[in-house]
Amino acid sequence: MTDTQRVVHAYPFSPPDRFKLDPFYAELRRREPLTRVRMPYGEEAWLATRYADVRTVLGDARFSRAASADRDEPRISPRKLEAGLLLMDPPEHTRLRRLVAKAFTARRVEQLRPRTQEVANELVDRMIATGPPADLVQHFATPLPITVICELLGVPVEDQDRFHVWSEAVVSTTSLSVEQIAGYIQNLFAYMRGLIAQRRQEPTEDLISALVRVRDEDNQRLSEDELVRLLTGLLAAGHETTVTQIPNFTYVLLTNPDKLAELRADPSLVPAAVEELMRYVPLGVASSFARYATEDVELGGVLVRAGEPVIGSLSSANRDEEVFPDPDSLDFGRSANPHIGFGHGAHHCVGAQLARMELQVAIDVLVRRFPELRFAVPEEELEWKSGMLVRGLKRMPVAW
Amino acid sequence: MEERHARTRAEADAGGVVGDDWRISVDGGTCIGAGICAGTAPTAFRLVNGVSTPTHDTVEADDAIRAAAESCPVEAITVRDREGTVIAPEP
Repeated sequence: MTDTQRVVHAYPFSPPDRFKLDPFYAELRRREPLTRVRMPYGEEAWLATRYADVRTVLGDARFSRAASADRDEPRISPRKLEAGLLLMDPPEHTRLRRLVAKAFTARRVEQLRPRTQEVANELVDRMIATGPPADLVQHFATPLPITVICELLGVPVEDQDRFHVWSEAVVSTTSLSVEQIAGYIQNLFAYMRGLIAQRRQEPTEDLISALVRVRDEDNQRLSEDELVRLLTGLLAAGHETTVTQIPNFTYVLLTNPDKLAELRADPSLVPAAVEELMRYVPLGVASSFARYATEDVELGGVLVRAGEPVIGSLSSANRDEEVFPDPDSLDFGRSANPHIGFGHGAHHCVGAQLARMELQVAIDVLVRRFPELRFAVPEEELEWKSGMLVRGLKRMPVAW
Repeated sequence: MEERHARTRAEADAGGVVGDDWRISVDGGTCIGAGICAGTAPTAFRLVNGVSTPTHDTVEADDAIRAAAESCPVEAITVRDREGTVIAPEP
């Protein structure tokens, strides 16, 4: 089949519906593992749907993110990314990422677990004191990751009402206008510049102060603009995703009562459950952040030409039957679970270990302290977010 | 050193040139296969059955390799100098 004969599919294939993954992905994995797609914005691209191919696209140095800067990259947002780690390749990307990576290792994150448990329990105490129903999004899933990232970075948690609103800009596609998104991001930058100026005057024991020190010791390692963007990215991206995934995971458990019962009977399964939920929940509405081939690459039976963009579908890879037996079923007992829910390669989520720990604590506390947790409204009445990069619930009224 | 000359400049920049400055080891039991090392220093690390493996045990000193060890989320990579002193990750 020559490229000109290939059918170009509109992508995403269908509007998001809860956590259902469009069955067309499975068909493509069988029939046409590299397919041509056109997204609402940007140029036509290849879409890779098999696990092995997606890992190659994300992990192989012959595929570049930096190259997307000069191109009209395929996307579901009107707005293009303008700067940041996700627009860089090694070694430039490495220079910035290594400055923050060590704050997010499993070892460092483990030190934050007791405090995370304490915050989670306090939030549950408050929910119980007020009595049901309560909105799990507002009263638990939002304040938990925000408190943890604030304390790690050194951002005053009492400012959350302001920066949390602005942070929606990083995961918004059409929920906010292009102008609003740009405005909110400028607000975040201005807010972070204020904190940076403060820490320059009076350094404290937090990540903002540590990065300000790096910046002021060696201008070559970190420019002022990079410092602001890096910290803003950690604050915004660092909580938006986990805030969304806590209710997402809770939703899947409440709609799979046998799985929830398994966790209640044996909470030591929680870490395995979190990995399985990371695999199972297709967080993204569509895959994006195409990688551009820097040379001709043979992939999925197709010769991808130098300069062509390839999008790797994490959600499809995570349901690849070649890697995950019975991929559409939720199984906390999988012997191996090499999911790529946090991505793969140089851009693998820098906060993955933190997110894992927070999700483990959140699910563990919910399972232990709410033995009869349930939706306080019929499932069909739950409101889902729209116009975002990610799937998630606006509110989740629960009772117990 | 023919092998070194055969490499492109981009590859040399990414580390992994055979030498005797540093010794790389990866704890396969700890590795979670995130692929950050192979993305950061592609000629020094590759994934074999989903587990990071150094392409050479001993290499020339290269900052990309140190960065890969520092960037490993589970600190599965250890880089030592000739005397056996740990160069990365930081304690």
